[in-house]
Amino acid sequence: MASSDKTNIEAPARTAPARPTKAAPAAPPNPTMAIVAPAVGWLIPGAGHLIQKRWIRGVLLMVSVCMMFFLGLAMQGKVYRPNTGDLLDMLGFIGDLGAGALYIVTRGLDAGQGSIARAVADYGTKFIVVAGLLNVIAAVDAHHIAIGKKR
Amino acid sequence: MNQGLSLSHFAAALLFSLFASIVFGVTQRDNPRDMMKYGAYCFSLFVGGVIVAGWAMWLLRH
Repeated sequence: MASSDKTNIEAPARTAPARPTKAAPAAPPNPTMAIVAPAVGWLIPGAGHLIQKRWIRGVLLMVSVCMMFFLGLAMQGKVYRPNTGDLLDMLGFIGDLGAGALYIVTRGLDAGQGSIARAVADYGTKFIVVAGLLNVIAAVDAHHIAIGKKR
Repeated sequence: MNQGLSLSHFAAALLFSLFASIVFGVTQRDNPRDMMKYGAYCFSLFVGGVIVAGWAMWLLRH
């Protein structure tokens, strides 16, 4: 009898510390940041991590995505425009759009015309598309950090 | 006439592998040690894949 009372008293004490860690993913620590971080991260590569004080990760992502994008442009890669033509062209546009401000500024400057005469230019086109796709992954990661799913 | 940056296929593949591996490492793992290990793993797979595909194409041609 005495031992069963003892276990009843101890039981809540054992489960109590586990409660906050289980509840953490369900309740976002900062709901505003959960929206702002991926949006900023999409617009400026790596900025979603930088505003959450993940300095090294942010800089690494910014350098990687920007370098891929600029190398693609330097190789005379093509920047896709909004189109309703070929399916691959539409997918290319969606991939390019992932680069955020880099895409918008490049379109504004009318750069990225592409050169069909050079094989390297085709690599450049792929570099630009993949830079956009990697930036989307980085923005999603910034969202995961903001909701507490990732440290 | 602007010729743009001229890289070999292998150099372009190395640069692609490097930057993609950095992003994969940073985004797919939680702590810095695991990030570095996963980034290096992805880089080795990318470069290994390029070398294997290169030899496969050479064998097909010969």
